[in-house]
Amino acid sequence: MSDFTLPVHHDGADPARDTGYVDPPPRMGFFTDTSICIGCKACEVACKEWNEVPEDGLEWTGMSFDNTQGLSADSWRHVAFIEQPAVAEDGKDFRWLMASDVCKHCTHAACLDVCPTGALFRTEFGTVVVQDDVCNGCGYCVPACPYGVVAIRESDGGAHKCTLCYDRLEVGQEPACAKACPTDSIQFGELETLRARAGERVEALHAAGVEEAQLYGHDPEDGVGGDGAFFLLLDEPEVYGLPPDPVVTTRDLASMWRHAGAAAGALVLVVGASFLGGRSR
Amino acid sequence: MAPRGRGGGRAGPRGRRVVPRRAVPVSPRRRREPEFISYYGRPILNEPVWAATDIAGYFFLGGMAGASSLLAAGAELTDRPALARASKVGALGAISLSLVALVHDLGRPARFLNMLRVFKPTSPMSVGVWVLGAYAPAAGIAAASDLTGIARPAGRAAAAGAAALGPVVASYTSVLMCNTAIPAWHEGYREMPFVFVASAASAAAGLALVAVPCDQAGPARTLAVAGAVGELAASHRLTSRLGLVADTYDTGRAGTLIKAAKVMTAAGAVLGATAGRRTRPASMVAGAALLAASACTRFGIFAAGVASARDPKYVVAPQRERRASATPAA
Ligand code: SF4
Ligand code: SF4
Repeated sequence: MSDFTLPVHHDGADPARDTGYVDPPPRMGFFTDTSICIGCKACEVACKEWNEVPEDGLEWTGMSFDNTQGLSADSWRHVAFIEQPAVAEDGKDFRWLMASDVCKHCTHAACLDVCPTGALFRTEFGTVVVQDDVCNGCGYCVPACPYGVVAIRESDGGAHKCTLCYDRLEVGQEPACAKACPTDSIQFGELETLRARAGERVEALHAAGVEEAQLYGHDPEDGVGGDGAFFLLLDEPEVYGLPPDPVVTTRDLASMWRHAGAAAGALVLVVGASFLGGRSR
Repeated sequence: MAPRGRGGGRAGPRGRRVVPRRAVPVSPRRRREPEFISYYGRPILNEPVWAATDIAGYFFLGGMAGASSLLAAGAELTDRPALARASKVGALGAISLSLVALVHDLGRPARFLNMLRVFKPTSPMSVGVWVLGAYAPAAGIAAASDLTGIARPAGRAAAAGAAALGPVVASYTSVLMCNTAIPAWHEGYREMPFVFVASAASAAAGLALVAVPCDQAGPARTLAVAGAVGELAASHRLTSRLGLVADTYDTGRAGTLIKAAKVMTAAGAVLGATAGRRTRPASMVAGAALLAASACTRFGIFAAGVASARDPKYVVAPQRERRASATPAA
């Protein structure tokens, strides 16, 4: 187990092996191609049904057709709808972007690093999963996640998020959302294969004149070591509610402890010094 | 149809063509901030689910306990029994209350014990639980022995142990807080430990000024001044380095709390070092001001973090800047 090791920032190719799995299966992940998403929300529904995720309030937000608003303890897939009046170069006066968001299953996962109970763990497929019966609801993973994914469910006080359908993976099935997606906007598979396919897709889109097409979370060199769930976007990440340059803060942990050590030392010196000068009072 | 023109869509300059990527939903109050784009103004990060009273309270009490144990050790070495006793009892009281606050936040005691299943160096919370597991009993034995006179050697050993762990207890919480994605916290991780220990020093000094006769409180008065200077300097450095995110420390609830903390820290230290030398009432007022200041600092920092998570501007703008400076423009 990883409990006694500091995070070793390898090239991010195989987090399962870095965690200590001997001979794990290939790393599995999601490639979400938002350019072909039709906003049907089949993924949201399939996820809820398969994982028995409770409803999270039927609420008309009025902000757009997106009534889920974001990822939460009770929404493990979230389809964002960007609806904007705009006069585009092709003469259309409106644009819609749709994108199905999910836990990124980071190579260097902050949620997993900070969890004090070991409830969050790395699976043999390189994904990140919470064990409900171990989680104590301390809530540390919630502000640690640079993507704002994991959250505490009020009814049971525990942390919840996408498991990449760990139970289905174990029996060779694909996750419920990918299975349900009618356009193959959500693709599941070996991460290596997905990355290659995504690269080809971006090139094809660029060749077709869709210059704004870009990959997000695919780069093993980024602040989280690359995501196990990455995306093809048609605009900047923040337009979809994604952080432009997320970083796993555990990366700075050694420096944080050094600063805390210096501060602790300063406290000792200052208290000591305040007793100098004899009993002058 | 979707509400045209409502719910977002920054209008482009009149008469000019608006390319789609420029027309992005922003809430009305952000219209004046052209460099910032978000998804309907919705937050990107999740706010901490921690209750401010529990967690900021826990930081305040833990800090006070840690620094008090150190003060108690100095008092014992320099033969100031009243200062030693007040600091030991204060440390025990504070650490007990802080554990109550922590357990209250978790919901039930078993969840605290659950954390002792593993030791994870990557989790400051895990490290902290183990440190507290050693510190709290030591503080308890030290105080109990001092009050009852029973087992003096063991009491002295425990007091020394508590003093050794005290600085860790007072500082690790800053790492706990900064090892998150919350911009106001993480971006300040270099200064935060100094703010935390200085605030802890003020609190311990404040407690001593309240509880100890003037003729034994000399070191506490000195510590109050040092703590105040340290805290003001460290928070100044913190906010002057943060750029845009520093706003969260200057405005709203956090701004009010932090301003109050600064005033009370300075006033408490000055009053303690002057009139507090001679009269007990002045000393007590100064001590109370320092205690309140330390609490305000913790609650203020907490509120700044929440504010920085709530507004996606504090996530997007600094990250964009970082990316822009990392990749030199072609
Ligand atoms: S996206 Fe957040 S919750 Fe998901 S693995 Fe990364 S840090 Fe954890
Ligand atoms: S809330 Fe649960 S999963 Fe999250 S850090 Fe705490 S124990 Fe781990």
